[in-house]
Amino acid sequence: MNAGPLIFLASFFALATSWFGFVLMPQLQIGRQEPVEIVGQEYPPRPPGAAHQGEQVYRANGCYYCHSQQVRPADFGTDVARGWGGRSGAVQSVAEDYLYAHPAMLGTRRVGPDLANVGLRHTNELEILQHIYNPRALMRGSMMPSYRYLFVTRSLKPGERPSPQAINIPGIPAGTEVVPTVEAHQLAEYLLSLHSQAILFETPPPPAPPTNAAAGKATNAPAAAPATNSAAK
Amino acid sequence: MSATTSSLTASPPNATQASTSAEITPALAINTSCQLPLLLLFVKSAAWLLAGSVIGLAATLKFHNPNFLADHAWTTYGRLHPAQTIAFIYGFAVQAVLGVALWIIAHLGRTRLAMTPAIVAGCVIWNLGVFLGIAGVLAGETTGYEWLEMPRFAAVFLFAGYLLIGLAGLATHRQLPGRAAYTSLWFLLAALFWFPWIFSTAGLLLLAWPVRGVMQAALDWWYMNNLSTVFFGCAGLGAIFYFIPKILRRPLYSHALGLFAFWCLVFFGSWGGAAPGTPLPDWMPALSTVGMGLTIVAVLAVAVNLRQTLAGGTAAVEDRIPLAFVRFGSVAFVIGGLLRPLTSLRHVSQYTNFTWFIAADRQWMLYGFLAMTMFGAIYYIVPRIAGMDFGNRKLVTAHFGLAAIGIVLYALPLAVGGVREGLAMSDAGKSFLEVEAGTLMPLRMSTTGELFMLAGHLVFVLNLTVLSWQLLRRHVTLALGGARPAEVSA
Repeated sequence: MNAGPLIFLASFFALATSWFGFVLMPQLQIGRQEPVEIVGQEYPPRPPGAAHQGEQVYRANGCYYCHSQQVRPADFGTDVARGWGGRSGAVQSVAEDYLYAHPAMLGTRRVGPDLANVGLRHTNELEILQHIYNPRALMRGSMMPSYRYLFVTRSLKPGERPSPQAINIPGIPAGTEVVPTVEAHQLAEYLLSLHSQAILFETPPPPAPPTNAAAGKATNAPAAAPATNSAAK
Repeated sequence: MSATTSSLTASPPNATQASTSAEITPALAINTSCQLPLLLLFVKSAAWLLAGSVIGLAATLKFHNPNFLADHAWTTYGRLHPAQTIAFIYGFAVQAVLGVALWIIAHLGRTRLAMTPAIVAGCVIWNLGVFLGIAGVLAGETTGYEWLEMPRFAAVFLFAGYLLIGLAGLATHRQLPGRAAYTSLWFLLAALFWFPWIFSTAGLLLLAWPVRGVMQAALDWWYMNNLSTVFFGCAGLGAIFYFIPKILRRPLYSHALGLFAFWCLVFFGSWGGAAPGTPLPDWMPALSTVGMGLTIVAVLAVAVNLRQTLAGGTAAVEDRIPLAFVRFGSVAFVIGGLLRPLTSLRHVSQYTNFTWFIAADRQWMLYGFLAMTMFGAIYYIVPRIAGMDFGNRKLVTAHFGLAAIGIVLYALPLAVGGVREGLAMSDAGKSFLEVEAGTLMPLRMSTTGELFMLAGHLVFVLNLTVLSWQLLRRHVTLALGGARPAEVSA
């Protein structure tokens, strides 16, 4: 007898087990999640259009090969201790956070820091643009490559006024201007939109320090403004 | 290869024609049927390997100089890196696996390769898919899913090409006379079945009708693990279990132990992929860890089986280098196979996940185990299907040296550096930049390893090109002058 059909059945059975356990079951458990309503607001919030387009810039340029977008629990690694977490920098990522992410780029490597809540830590678009143009200008020793192809760099004619869209880049020779392209702005918008703040059932608030009455009160409140939370950096 | 040449001279073509009616096809006829399709697969895979390592080197140089090639979108790290991945996995690895599997199946069944035009057509379509995938990625059409970066249209070509080649494999297997339950056949056929299933599942649920949110990541990790642990694992082990006994001219120590390893690998190896700490339901990483832990049994079974087979027995002089490659691959499998379950443990993964250790581990399995095994297999197969030896055997030896030094120099510093990186990262007082600065030295060493591998690939391509050129010349001479093969080889 030819062993082929037997091998086929064996592989089929093994693969079906794996598919059942790791594709079907999680799909049934978390694949049909819907946004939840917290005190009149939807979580996760629908990203604004520019951020949505920026997500495609992030994808096309493969940012996720060096930046993860997943914060591990407080007792697992130092993600939370480094202030990468959402919800005032203290809580890990959960499945609910990614409902609108497409593609969901959770990443498997960290050559650069985690970006799941970069919008909580950085709120200034100009700083983000400067960082993308030349990472080493703001962060000495950064391994991040320059993304200056997302900018138009040109030298000004004598007496010519720089474009109103030009941004200030440290270390650029006089007489040149750097104008971010639409993609650069979209990418920055996307990064600014990355934050997970709402207190969910699966992410209870961390115990608040007893001395700070305001922080204790805030735990029951829904998403606070990013500007307030960014103080956690 | 002397043995091949003598069999070629001993049996002129018309003798092989006469023996087709017999149950058992002579090796020469099998090899002749393999000549065109398999050489095509091997030459193409070697070309992609070289292209991939050139692209990969350009990507790596960005870690040493972030301003290198920073003026064009298509040369950014996030595009070069996936392009290299596609070239290596789909361009080189899968094609090499297919070629080697087809040859082994034909030889185990002592039957000619079936549907050779379909293999050639499949190879052309597959390579078109690889090319479109790389072009798409460089143009920014990346999908965002690791190891599945090629755009949808390229994935369709890949799938169609694979089906054609895979069907030829099954058709060849169907011609098997009588009972043929070889250990390697189990591994190779399972691998042939496995790829289209996982590729179509991941393709349909990620590229065609994408699932929602974090499920995309879960599926991608499921696909990556199945591809590396089960598909490449089965393909590599199938080749190892065939070539080591074949080259040493002694039987495999235990068929039962081989089958045991097979069952453990396909059942438990396919559970891996979900790392602890990810935003998935907690039972998934837990089950993954259990599955990966149980694959230790498979790895140990393989280790014992090969240890017993390798003890004693000598290889013919011309088969020493293929044996060295395959032996390297099997040792790499055992080392990597024991490390993986360890690093899927919660307490270890806490330190190793996201670090350079991950890169070292992946490359070790893909290159140290799979690619090295495939190199050995190709160096064994090609002289036999071509009916001529590699002109310069020193260059074959040089390839082994360069590849072995290259992969060790690549993986070892990154593995050690990755663990140190993870330990440093566990001190929240150290800034991220400080920790990253510590990885620069291991990175420099690994880049040196990459250069060695690149040189090895150059030699590999050179070896295959020279042999193909000589074969082409012989065919032309035969067609024009009608000379007997004996006269040409003499």
